[in-house]
Amino acid sequence: MKFTSLLATAAMAIGLATGAVAQDKTKVGFVYVGPVGDGGWTYEHDKGRQAVEAHFGDKVETVFVESVPEGPDAERVMTQMALEGADLIFTTSFGYMDPTINVAKKFPDVKFEHATGYKTADNVSVYSARFYEGRAVQGHIAGKMTKSNIVGYIGSYPIPEVIRGINSAFIHARKVNPDVEFKIVWAYTWFDPAKEADAATVLIEQGADVILQHTDSTAPQAAAQKAGNVITFGQASDMSEYAPLPRVSSIIDNWAPYYIARTQAVMDGSWESANTWDGIGPGMVEIGEISDAVPAELKAEALALKDAIASGEYHPFTGPLNKQDGSAWLAEGEVADDGTLAGMNFYVEGIEGEIPQ
Amino acid sequence: MIVLEKRPQPSRAWSMSTPLVAVLATMFFGGLLFAALGKNPVEAIETIFWEPLFGEFAFYYRPQLLVKGAPLVLIAIGLSLGFRAGIWNIGAEGQYIMGAICGAGAGLAFYPVEGWFIFPIMVIAGALGGWAWAMIPALLKVRFGTNEILVSLMLVYVAEQLLASVSLGLLKNPEGFGFPGSRNLQSYASAHNAELFEGTGMHWGVVGALIAVIFAYVLLNRHMLGFHIRLTGEAPRAAKFAGVNPARLILFCLGLSGALAGLAGLFEVSGPSGVVSIDFNVGYGFTAIIVAFLGRLHPVGILLAGGLMALTYIGGEIAQSQLGLPAAAIQVFQGMLLFFLLALDLLTNYRIRAARKEVA
Repeated sequence: MKFTSLLATAAMAIGLATGAVAQDKTKVGFVYVGPVGDGGWTYEHDKGRQAVEAHFGDKVETVFVESVPEGPDAERVMTQMALEGADLIFTTSFGYMDPTINVAKKFPDVKFEHATGYKTADNVSVYSARFYEGRAVQGHIAGKMTKSNIVGYIGSYPIPEVIRGINSAFIHARKVNPDVEFKIVWAYTWFDPAKEADAATVLIEQGADVILQHTDSTAPQAAAQKAGNVITFGQASDMSEYAPLPRVSSIIDNWAPYYIARTQAVMDGSWESANTWDGIGPGMVEIGEISDAVPAELKAEALALKDAIASGEYHPFTGPLNKQDGSAWLAEGEVADDGTLAGMNFYVEGIEGEIPQ
Repeated sequence: MIVLEKRPQPSRAWSMSTPLVAVLATMFFGGLLFAALGKNPVEAIETIFWEPLFGEFAFYYRPQLLVKGAPLVLIAIGLSLGFRAGIWNIGAEGQYIMGAICGAGAGLAFYPVEGWFIFPIMVIAGALGGWAWAMIPALLKVRFGTNEILVSLMLVYVAEQLLASVSLGLLKNPEGFGFPGSRNLQSYASAHNAELFEGTGMHWGVVGALIAVIFAYVLLNRHMLGFHIRLTGEAPRAAKFAGVNPARLILFCLGLSGALAGLAGLFEVSGPSGVVSIDFNVGYGFTAIIVAFLGRLHPVGILLAGGLMALTYIGGEIAQSQLGLPAAAIQVFQGMLLFFLLALDLLTNYRIRAARKEVA
């Protein structure tokens, strides 16, 4: 007997054996890349998980494993969840893409949802949020608030999602302040408080008085607080413990409505493979309260920008825009298509430095 | 008053039994830790140690023990030879990365050609990659007397930067939509280190680890070089008089441990992992140091220790999802193992005695 069919049989046998139970309890698994207490990315996913529990009560059982390395370990954790009867598994980091696809092949009856990737299958959906919409608002505030005209940016990995965020923030900072410059540091981690603090400190020493981060811990906030006269934005989570200064606003990932909807779909039997990419409009991306450290006038502008994006009236990537090398990208009034955005691997004109490759 | 008294001879009985006592102490104090977290300690310990071996889904976990244990054993065997001779290669993680990069690179250079010769070439390239990376601290030590601990450790971080660089550039999957990471070797048949028998977890890395264990055992017990290694570690001056060439020994030990770490990286990247990515390395090179000491630097001991470490990893994951134990508690649990081992090691060389008060 082939191993895959052995697994499938085992899964089926369990499905049959627990069929009666499974009808009243849907089991939902979550695989996290960081600890649930990271205060950022994983923390918000876990809030989504708790929302699922709160919403469905006894009808649902959730399990999670935290700090799972991206690779064979992730594959084992997912397999283990599927074996133990999970009906739906959310894998919440880009690096879980191939493992998710591999495990999904072995368990055709289990539904998988992979965050921020691009590979789908009959039982694998992908979902992500249009964080770049929030970055536009951040860029606007950053451009106006900076006095040194240097904005520091802590990148995690040079993948399209992160590059998109840098471009979006930069475009909107330049729009309100033609002298602004971005200094970008690559940390090569999603969560490493020590590295993130170092990166923030280096940027501050180089004159940055605004720090944007695409990493998940609050360490850069603490570094900015220590330095003083530096503003920051919460990443993935509100990080409001650092408000009103240094944290002046934030991008919050709100996964709860999506997780509840997908769990409901599995319960109803209406789950289908999908590619979801939602932004401020549907509420997957939220802008955390803009603190009083921001002048009222600027706050109003930022909120207006947010509303324009939410209603679809304004797209953060609207021409005229050139690529870094000066070649034309979007003509006047032209809006970037999702395909280009999803695979974005270039900086827009004006950003210094190169994307590592 | 309790005093420590040095034994005239290291106790053989304690030397053999400390690993076992350390495991039992870890179970006990780990149990207390889990109880403090509000979990049933017996259930938690049972989940970690019993579930992967004999639980309901053991048919899946047992092969996984091989997958997780093989790289640990392969690397630890290489390290143990050097450790015995007092040559400290702390940078196996870097050599592991370089083995993966070179091996995968050699395979991908042939893409999409299929042929039986591709995998053997990758194996050689992987071993050479790790060997070459270990030769840097070795040559620096032999030529300039630098400290191999520092140099090999620092080269880990250099290797990580190289790994990021090739994931984003040289080896990036041209069909990956600009995302970092190489092609998946699992879908390139000639380069895939597949399971030799499906469902057993037995891939070439496991075979390699077993061969390394036998090889190290024979080397240490039957070969002149093995004798020199042990002699250098135990009595450096005597070794000098016996005509041991320290430079050659350094080159051999560092080179061999580098090559084995490189092989581990190659087998991992072409098998369970599949892709060269920025996060490819997950610390096998460092964990292997624990495994080497847990196994008393003895080949058979290392084999058992590798299995035990793999067990705590896999059992720990099960405990997380089934019992909701935090990942940090599992890491503390693993840390306890090494702590108790080192602490109890004291009893090999010392005995505890109640001191009598003497009247002067």
